Parts: sequence; C-alpha cells; structure tokens
Amino acid sequence: MCLAIPGQIVEVLREQRDIAVVEVTGVRRRVDLGLLEDDLPKPGDWVLIHVGFAMSKISEQDAAEQMRMLAILGEADAAMEEVRGYGLEA
Amino acid sequence: MMRFVDEFRDPEIVTRTAEEIRRLADPDRHYRLMEVCGGHTHAIYRFGLKDILPDNIELIHGPGCPVCVLPMGRIDDGLALGKRPEVIFAAFGDMMRVPGAHGSPLEHKAVGMDVRIVYSPSDALKLARMNPDRHVMFFAIGFETTAPSTALTLMRAKAEGIQNFSVFCNHVTIIPAIRAILDSPDMRIDAFIGPGHVSTVIGCRPYEWIARDERRPIVVSGFEPLDMLQSIVMLLHQLRQGTAIVENQYKRVVPWEGNPAALRAMAEVFELRPFFEWRGLGFISQSALRIKESYGAWDAERVFEVPGVRVTDPKAAQCGEVLKGVLKPVQCKLFGRECTPERPVGALMVSSEGSCAAYYNYEHRKSASARPPATAGV
Repeated sequence: MCLAIPGQIVEVLREQRDIAVVEVTGVRRRVDLGLLEDDLPKPGDWVLIHVGFAMSKISEQDAAEQMRMLAILGEADAAMEEVRGYGLEA
Repeated sequence: MMRFVDEFRDPEIVTRTAEEIRRLADPDRHYRLMEVCGGHTHAIYRFGLKDILPDNIELIHGPGCPVCVLPMGRIDDGLALGKRPEVIFAAFGDMMRVPGAHGSPLEHKAVGMDVRIVYSPSDALKLARMNPDRHVMFFAIGFETTAPSTALTLMRAKAEGIQNFSVFCNHVTIIPAIRAILDSPDMRIDAFIGPGHVSTVIGCRPYEWIARDERRPIVVSGFEPLDMLQSIVMLLHQLRQGTAIVENQYKRVVPWEGNPAALRAMAEVFELRPFFEWRGLGFISQSALRIKESYGAWDAERVFEVPGVRVTDPKAAQCGEVLKGVLKPVQCKLFGRECTPERPVGALMVSSEGSCAAYYNYEHRKSASARPPATAGV
C-alpha cells in the first residue's frame, strides 16, 4: 500500500508539464508531477513515486538504497507490478 | 544474533548502533516504543530488529496500516455501490482480498461484479474516460501519503468535466489516531517512531503537540534497519535526558514543513469528517477526510445512496486488541489457525503492513518448523 518506488525522470512532457516519463529499473511509465509543482523535477532527477504520483525528490544514492530495501522486504515484485500497471497498459 | 546483518548497508555501523542502544537503555526500565507506520512494522519483522534490541525495549505496532484500520462496514458500503449495474468498482490491489461481511471485492468479482484493480487513482479516472457509458467509482483508502493523489485526481476530473467518475473516500489522518492511542487508558507508550512517508506530506510540525503537551518524544524515521536503530538511539537519548521534542531522522526525504503542493491539493478537495470509525480504535473525531461540497458531483457518498452498514468484527477475532498493541498477534485465538495470510479473517492478516501478516510470515513460519509459537507477555 505505502510503497514508495524510486524512479528517474526521463522526460517531462512538453504539452503537459505536470506529466513525466520515469524509468524504474528499465520500465518506463508516465507519472504525475502535480504534487511537486513548486519545484518540478528535471530529466535526470530521481523521485519517489507513490500510486502514480511523484512524491518527493531524492538523491541517486537514496534511490538505489530504496530499491535495494524494496528487494529485501520482498516488495520489489509488487513495486514493479505497480509501475507496469500505471496507465492501464499492462 | 541478527538474521539479516549481511544484507544491511554498513553492517559495522549497525552493530555499533545496536551496542549504543544497549548502553543507553536503563536496565531497570521497560521501554514501550510505538512505530506508528505499517511500513515500519513490516521492516521490523523482516529484519528481525527485535532480536538485536535488549529485552526491555518493546516495539508496539501502531495503527498506520490503512487497510487494517478500515472498518468492515465501509467495505460493504463500497461493495453495495459496486453492485449497481452501471458502476465499475476500482480499487488498489491491496483492497481486493480484504473481507467484508459478505466477501471481499475479489469474491464479488468472481460472482460477476465489475471490479478492476488500478495502481493509481489517475488510472481510475482514465478508466472513466475509456468507459463513457459506465460510472467508475474509485474506492479510496490511505493516510496523508495517498490522499493528495486522490485530491489531485479529483481536481483533474473537475477541470475536465468528467461526469462518470466518483470517489468513495476512506482517507484517514494519522494525528487523531495517535491522540486516540495516547488517550486510551490501556495504552502506555513512552515514545513514538514517527511515520516516514506520511511525513513527506504533512512534515514534522503536526507532531509538536505530542512532545509539548503529552511529553512524549517522537522521531520521524526512515525504513532501513539503520534508520530505525538510529531513531531508537535518538528516542533513548531524549528519554534519558527527560526531554520531549520532535526530531527528524529521515531528513533526506522528509522536509520539516512537508509538501506544500500536496497539502494545498488536500485542502482544495477535502474537509475533516466530524468523526469516523477505525477498526480497533472505535469512533475518532476529526480523524478522516470527506470530499467538499464543491466537489460533490464526484463524491460517491453524495452521488449514490450509501447503505451505511455497520458490522462488528467476527467475535473470536481480536483485531482491535492487536491493533492497539494490547495483545500480540499470536495471542489472538484465531491466529495461524482460522486466520492466515492465505485465508484472512481480519484485515491485519491481509496487508504485508499488518502486524499479524508480518508476524505470521517472519516469526510464525520460522518457529512453526522448529517449535510451537511462544506466547509473549504483554
């Protein structure tokens, strides 16, 4: 439920500046940037994603640690299932 | 001694921090520390943190698992609306196996209800755009971590003028639950490990009364073993010195002031309910969010007639006592027998963040092969 999934911003959409493409271990999906509108992330930045929305900016090192943490907790598969499910494309 | 020490980042620092905890803990004192967040509960069991803490430091599992605290009647209410022929019932995967009085959403799906798993509230809205002749009702749950995403989705629905979408709102707020715990006569908590991801939204200020008025230290903590051990060190320092302040161990993710954009979205869409029922804690005033009248056209509770079902939990299940930390999971009569993660009776057994599921997966399975489960003292 409270999965926080680290992802890297690949692209912020030109036509919709509150939507970005993020990459989470090789999987690319659109996420909503509306909750970070005061300080919009740029391509290359790392964010924590929760239910399809970028929640906070984090460092690359913290992103790596968070991914490892999800793996140790046995939640990495659930996290990837969630990411793949974004956009109803799965 | 510690099961997963090799997996830890900086195992040496972990060992040193554990030693510091032993040094700081007064052997003549019993410490009851509550981790508020279900994510912490899961991590504590997974890492076997109890094995490295001295016996006189007891970790009490708090109410911060949104699936676990949802009263059964709300699930039945949501499912009653889902039975309407025009409605598509959309919810997170976590909700699917949570039992209502007459079965879970998944069981209703099996007998023909249109139930869809979504991974984001914005995908529920997308489902509405894709199905203009149906009505998509999103069954929203979660604390302040999740509520802003629902709020923003409702703002987008209103801006686009999407008519066939509504939210059945079960969002709850963490602060009143902490207050209810502190007010409860059978709860004696010395200090709190504050939730991590909720605090990215609300920040640290909302906890100040816990320190100032209730004289309980609280440290907002990250989720890695080292984070939690460091938070326990910070709490022990405070308890030793007799101080009570709010500290932020998870500064790399949690800003002191929270996320203003997320708070704005919540304020735009939601208002506090006068009261809301929590499983195990009963009715707590101003502890949940409802949708404001200005968004009433997207509020399932205004769009439809809600039956307002109230269901008492199965008598034998002691979810309430476990949720309050009065009983350990194994002390419930159903634990591991009638109630297992495969066939859950109570919600605490459904979510990986629920203390019963965490206990079952990491303690019970391990001990079941070696020895009968020990009955821990309260």
